[in-house]
Amino acid sequence: MGQTEFAPWNDPEAKPLIQFKNVTKRFGDFVAIDNQSFDIYAQEFFALLGPSGCGKTTLMRMLGGFETPTEGTILLNGQDIAPIPPNKRAVNMMFQSYALFPHLNIWENIAFGLKRDRMPKDQIDARVAEMLKLTRLEKFAKRKPHQCSGGQRQRVALARSLAKAPKLLLLDEPLGALDAKLRQDTQFELMDIQEKTGTTFVIVTHDQEEAMTVASRVAVMDHGRIIQADTPADIYEMPKSVYVADFIGDVTIISGTATASGDGYDITFAEGQPTLHAKSDQPFDKGQACHLAIRPEKVSITAEKPADATNALQGKILDIAYLGNLSTYHVELPNGQIVKSQTANTRRLSRRSFTWEDDVWLSWTDTAGVLLKE
Amino acid sequence: MRRLTWFNTTALTLGFAFLYLPMLILIIYSFNESKLVTVWAGFSTKWYGELLQNEAFLSAAWVTLKVAVISSTFATVLGTMGALVLVRGGRFMGRTLFSGMIYAPLVMPEVITGLSLLLLFIGIGLDRGVFTIVLAHTTFSMCYVSVVVSSRLVSFDRSLEEAALDLGCSPMQAFRLVTLPIIAPAVISGWLLAFTLSLDDLVIASFTAGPSATTLPMKIWSSVRLGVSPEINALSTIMIGIVAIGVISASLVTKRASLRQQAEERAAVQA
Repeated sequence: MGQTEFAPWNDPEAKPLIQFKNVTKRFGDFVAIDNQSFDIYAQEFFALLGPSGCGKTTLMRMLGGFETPTEGTILLNGQDIAPIPPNKRAVNMMFQSYALFPHLNIWENIAFGLKRDRMPKDQIDARVAEMLKLTRLEKFAKRKPHQCSGGQRQRVALARSLAKAPKLLLLDEPLGALDAKLRQDTQFELMDIQEKTGTTFVIVTHDQEEAMTVASRVAVMDHGRIIQADTPADIYEMPKSVYVADFIGDVTIISGTATASGDGYDITFAEGQPTLHAKSDQPFDKGQACHLAIRPEKVSITAEKPADATNALQGKILDIAYLGNLSTYHVELPNGQIVKSQTANTRRLSRRSFTWEDDVWLSWTDTAGVLLKE
Repeated sequence: MRRLTWFNTTALTLGFAFLYLPMLILIIYSFNESKLVTVWAGFSTKWYGELLQNEAFLSAAWVTLKVAVISSTFATVLGTMGALVLVRGGRFMGRTLFSGMIYAPLVMPEVITGLSLLLLFIGIGLDRGVFTIVLAHTTFSMCYVSVVVSSRLVSFDRSLEEAALDLGCSPMQAFRLVTLPIIAPAVISGWLLAFTLSLDDLVIASFTAGPSATTLPMKIWSSVRLGVSPEINALSTIMIGIVAIGVISASLVTKRASLRQQAEERAAVQA
């Protein structure tokens, strides 16, 4: 690829658009955001991902101006935004409920923010037309929100929040109300629009697949803290904790103790079971507790013991989850540990090679898993 | 459709008779030729004609209308503000006391409201007249407006206001451009409720009206004490007619609006 990779977070020279500096938010005794510092860069598509109540919405509402930090500062382009009310910020928000004004039609909804800026009439016309075109809503300009379908309303909400050309667009669970198929289409549309407009997007979602699809960086949150903020690939392949590994995608966690051996570590996890071997960037002391996180698609399943596999374990098939294109096998080892293995269903179902209660061999390489401390 | 059994038919007839027979008799006797209320002497509309000649009734009607329009407007403004504070104010100090005091007039006996207002007006030396009735009616009908408007505000999606702020509205603009148009139906029905309450109030008006101002209910009450005249029947029939037309047209408008909205939503789903 001739393009340089978009990764300003790795560039020490890059100036962040938004800086959170030791931000804490408390509601009474409840700590919603716990002393967080992080940066978001211009043109990023930054996803805040976490279970409900983890503080992701609070973070976003602080950016929008609907909440103020209890401690710490939030800088936008180097300027403290705490004293700036929401109506004076170059930040717009797309609400989870869309919050379309029911008494105004689609055109008026999109023009609402522009009229507040006292933009000349012909410029408003041009800008609204541009937004309608961007979101493919030209035909619906004269309709009221309740005359539109869910997907159309979602696009109106997006058009309205983009109309003022904000430096930063906040999206609060923007696709939560759409059905699965429409969601997927809309995710790509959203990425497309983000690219076209060059606006910085911050999205809040509890759907990990959605975050992985749209975002340039994903911040996994729990209990008011960002556990890890990285590119989707790094989050998936190189989680820094069991929590992140477990939260994103499917994973098998094997807990044991590490001992340095060769160019990696031997992991002893159960009596009577062979030791496993894995490479790791982090150093482990001899006998230190460790967790091997391994994705199901990196575990091969075979009937015979593979000859030259680094890690090979025998077990019995407990469960098969058939997903159409893929099948996930839950294999129980003699010590009760369950290891998941996923294979692509390249053959028709009738010719599948394994079934319940079959004895199988699982194998993976020394770089397939990630060795974690916590 | 369920068919009516004889039991249902009887219950329905008796129930409606209990509610509406008195009014029906009043309406029939307003077209009585005879001056005697209890003796039917043939059909006539002459009492309606005489009513229009009666200066006292006409001026009382004018006072009533003035009081109702002014007091219900004041009550709507104050009641809406009260409702906004109650629903949107969050947890401020003395909120329970505040809401209790807003709603207290709902259950306060009218005699006590009237008497205490009378004592106040005498105490501060305010001449009783149209102005004092307006004050009194505003006081007692404000709480009804608050109830109606706050029930609408509770179901109001707060993020609509946040969206308005987000798009550059000051809090005042957000209220004027977004909140008010959306809660307008509740505000209007609050106004209508206050207007009706003021229109037929007798007790509080009697306490707070001076010799210079007499409202229609007061006038009717005082003339009835001298004997029921067919003129009163005619007047009451007109009032029943006005109220009925108002209620029926209001419900028709609401029904048509909701039918249209349903049709449009169906169209949107199919589109």
